[in-house]
Amino acid sequence: MGHQVLAIRNRRKVILDIYMPIIYSIGLFIAILFIGSLLLYITVTGAHRLSWELLTNFPSSNPKQAGMLPAIYGTIWTVGISTLISLPIGIATAIYLNEYSGMEKLRSFLQINLNSLAGVPSVIFGVVGLGFLSYTLGLGRSILVGSIVLAFLTLPLVTVSSLEALKAVPDDLRLGGYALGATRWEIIKSIVLPRALPMMLTGSILATSRAIGEAAPILIISGLVFIREIPTSPLDRFTVMPLQLYNWISRPQVEFRELASAGIILLLLLLILLNAATIYLRYRLSKRR
Amino acid sequence: MGYGVLEQEFKVEEKVRGIRDEVHIKVKNLSVYYRKRLAISDINIEFLKNKITAIIGPSGCGKSTLLRSINRMNDLIPDATVIGKVYLDGIDIYDKSVDPVAVRAVIGMVFQRPNPFPMSIYDNVAFGVRINRLAKDREELDKKVEDALRKAALWDEVKDRLDTHAYELSGGQQQRLCIARALAINPKVLLLDEPTVSLDPVSTAKIEELLYKLKSELTIIIVTHNMLQAARVSDFTAVMMPNEKLVGTLIEYGPTKEVFTNPKDKRTEAYISGRVG
Repeated sequence: MGHQVLAIRNRRKVILDIYMPIIYSIGLFIAILFIGSLLLYITVTGAHRLSWELLTNFPSSNPKQAGMLPAIYGTIWTVGISTLISLPIGIATAIYLNEYSGMEKLRSFLQINLNSLAGVPSVIFGVVGLGFLSYTLGLGRSILVGSIVLAFLTLPLVTVSSLEALKAVPDDLRLGGYALGATRWEIIKSIVLPRALPMMLTGSILATSRAIGEAAPILIISGLVFIREIPTSPLDRFTVMPLQLYNWISRPQVEFRELASAGIILLLLLLILLNAATIYLRYRLSKRR
Repeated sequence: MGYGVLEQEFKVEEKVRGIRDEVHIKVKNLSVYYRKRLAISDINIEFLKNKITAIIGPSGCGKSTLLRSINRMNDLIPDATVIGKVYLDGIDIYDKSVDPVAVRAVIGMVFQRPNPFPMSIYDNVAFGVRINRLAKDREELDKKVEDALRKAALWDEVKDRLDTHAYELSGGQQQRLCIARALAINPKVLLLDEPTVSLDPVSTAKIEELLYKLKSELTIIIVTHNMLQAARVSDFTAVMMPNEKLVGTLIEYGPTKEVFTNPKDKRTEAYISGRVG
């Protein structure tokens, strides 16, 4: 009897072992199919419109001449300033939470809040930015407002990834520092931060790539404006790359939609570049250890 | 390997200098709580200057807790409460006027697993010198780093590659680097918490030999699981044992030879012969 039971069990296990990978791979297959067809569509419609003029020309009602130069500048300005805001605040928050606040409850409370902040739809950030920063504080529909909104949008990402980086620093190292008569700040500055920095940067670059792709909050703040000037100060009006693409896609002419596809390819290349930088940093980090 | 010779040397040295049993660290009525759980209770012990004292006992007997109380590392554990007194050269290190950071600069510590900092060999040793501002200029710093590495018997192996990352050293070398790092700030006492538990026998032997040489300069207290190690390196041995409530207590303390050959407490005898722990 025992032998038969064993045989049945084994057969069931064998069957499961064969079919489970197939079932799981269906999910992967669907995802690849979806993303693949999107990429294919964009490449087919947009590849022939890729040109230097796309990067260097101003937008125009003539699709043959239209480019996205002001949008590229707008993206560089907003993402740059927002990184300058979110990086110090996020890293400082993470250092406080992980290295200073002894209260476990405060830490988990703040972490829950950070995570729910990350779950708030980005449009809400745009609305708050427009209402409070642009109108109440009178900053206008400017680059500065867009940057601040993007900064707060990416802040949870920066904070959480910095927190993970600090947690990954073994306590042995901190104890080693204390045993030599180092103060907490000396340990953070000379031992913990240098060790955690590559991983912090990794998270920050990922946050930056999210900021680059954001269209919704910028649409609220900037409006769908036709910008014909390169912004020169943080108080100028602006547009960003995803917004320019949105503008082109909503035009009736086919040529504009092709132009949008070419722009999407550019945006994707930029994101791939940033992700590659992330992978490279991680590689350097693992080599140093 | 070679201990016999060292031991003889030591005996000669003792005869020449005469035995001076000066109390360096005195622990008085020391109890440590983690939250409300009593970890060690009412420990009284005197550690003698320029001697190696081994603290042995089964897991969970509070050896490490006692060790960490001596340089106030327990302060870093949230919810740890230390009751009682620890005197270093007659000064109560738990006195309100004493800065725990300063205590740790005088009483060095080496941990179970080698924990070099993620930086070069040189910077590892220079770290303590720099933060405690013990060197006026680069020249003096270089000298202190070299001295410390020599004392830790690591200089010859690393003198040509001081700029390489400390993680490229072997485990045994890393642990000697940690000893060098501790020695670089000229501590009066060196605490070692099972320093060879993660090392191979050859590296272990090197570190034991090293401790022998170092005791002419400082007082050494070593926690170890390895009774043979305690017998090999220490002058005095303290045996700790959890009582029926699992609270760590000191059950025996005396010259190592006596503790191992003629223990006063039956539990010590049982532990040493491998029947407990």
